[in-house]
Amino acid sequence: MSTMIETKDLCFAYPAGENEKPQTALSSVDLTIEKGTFVAVLGHNGSGKSTLAKHFNAVLLPAGGKVYVEGRDTQDEELLLEIRRRVGMVFQNPDNQIVANVVEEDVAFAPENLGVPPAEIRRRVDDALAAVGMSEFTRHAPHLLSGGQKQRVAIAGVIAMEPACIVLDEATAMLDPMGRREVLETIEKLNRDEGITVILITHHMDEAARADRVVVMNNGRVAMDGAPRAIFARVEELRAMGLTVPDTVALLYDLKQAGWTVPLDALTPDECARAVCACLS
Amino acid sequence: MLKDITLGQYFPGDTPAHRLDPRTKILITILYIVALFNAKWLVSYAVMAAVLMTCIAISKVKPRALTKGLKPIFIIVAFTAVMNLFFTSGTPLGAGWLLSHITVEGCWAAFFMILRIVMLIMGTFLLTYTTSPITLTDGLEHLMNPLKKIRVPVHELSMMMSIALRFIPTLIEETDKIMSAQKARGADFESGNFLRRAKALVPILVPLFISAFRRADELATAMECRCYHGGEGRTALHVLRYRAADYLTLVAFAALVAGIILLKKAGL
Repeated sequence: MSTMIETKDLCFAYPAGENEKPQTALSSVDLTIEKGTFVAVLGHNGSGKSTLAKHFNAVLLPAGGKVYVEGRDTQDEELLLEIRRRVGMVFQNPDNQIVANVVEEDVAFAPENLGVPPAEIRRRVDDALAAVGMSEFTRHAPHLLSGGQKQRVAIAGVIAMEPACIVLDEATAMLDPMGRREVLETIEKLNRDEGITVILITHHMDEAARADRVVVMNNGRVAMDGAPRAIFARVEELRAMGLTVPDTVALLYDLKQAGWTVPLDALTPDECARAVCACLS
Repeated sequence: MLKDITLGQYFPGDTPAHRLDPRTKILITILYIVALFNAKWLVSYAVMAAVLMTCIAISKVKPRALTKGLKPIFIIVAFTAVMNLFFTSGTPLGAGWLLSHITVEGCWAAFFMILRIVMLIMGTFLLTYTTSPITLTDGLEHLMNPLKKIRVPVHELSMMMSIALRFIPTLIEETDKIMSAQKARGADFESGNFLRRAKALVPILVPLFISAFRRADELATAMECRCYHGGEGRTALHVLRYRAADYLTLVAFAALVAGIILLKKAGL
């Protein structure tokens, strides 16, 4: 497997306001993200997870250290467009990232910027809208769509660049449960069927539980990194960092505290029920 | 409440008038205006009225929508008509203070002025009624393209315009939300004199502006993330192309201008 994104000793600080010290947001982050994986980045507010995400497509440039996208240095201005084309980003507020008055025009925005010929843009727009299940809304006005639908249009707008990686920066935070499910199912499908690397920045534990790998950020550093099961079993550490654990793990943890011998690493209600059953019988 | 406001009055449809290239429509509107201002006497105005009627019939826009558009300019029309009535020199209409101040020429001038303004408004409304704002912006950008040579930021202007159009409903929705929030905390927008009501709007404008700036910032980042780097090397999903109908229409309107100028020479 080849490397999608690599950070080496990445440091970043936001510039200081008057009479303030510069705010350190990231300190020596070393992270390697393999192609085709689904990685969730967790952390409470101000842990540096969004700052980290913005380094993945050169929206922010490292103050120290390096970020490589498929081996390309993000500090090289010549490579900027290519890096942004390879790593697409979806943001939190769907209203503030939709550019055009018609869904298909919005999806066409990135390929238009890249100078793709009109016939090819048409194909990409249709493919992208089909991939997110929004084909029937091609000619609709974006402001009349629901939050989940808008966010899927935003994802289609990114897919139309034919990226190798999509970063979702708290893209589900403003959505209702239905919208969140739509978006999650869409990105899981893209990851599974198209082999697109997905980096999901979130503070929803149940979303992170669906990833291949979970990276927990705390105070601008990588605090934990591993498979969801292994990470969520470390209940005390997570809680000490101001994070919750999935409901299933929380239940099993309480049972264990009460003296039951149950495993902690159940991520679905089914698994959880089976674990409790096994313990009872 | 605010959501009912429709901006960029466009009536979707699929008539030959809707299908014309936006550039053609902008150009013929200009030609139409030129012809209108060269119309001199009854014959010319009759021709212009016939052209306008034909256009309305082809576009299938309801005449009531057009007359409704005339309401806001009623005062201007009335004012100009009265001015023309009294301040045109010539032979007085009759004896008496009032009639001696009105001239025969003034009557004609007022009549033609009303016709001219009404037909001007109807003609230009027809353009916005049959062309969606986004297509209109697109057409304008293409027409102004030659201005790029003298460093007019044509692409940037049209991008700004289409983003402004895109955010009108979003900002209206936001205003609605802020007003509701203020009302819930006892703000009063409906009572008091004009000054009081104007003052009550300040607490709405401040959060609205702050949020608009934040949106602009986020949108700029999102656009950069989608490889936006100005107009250079940009392509388009929908390419504008002149068809036979466009050329025919343009020729017809050019002929109209020539005809009206000839009629003017003939004093008709």
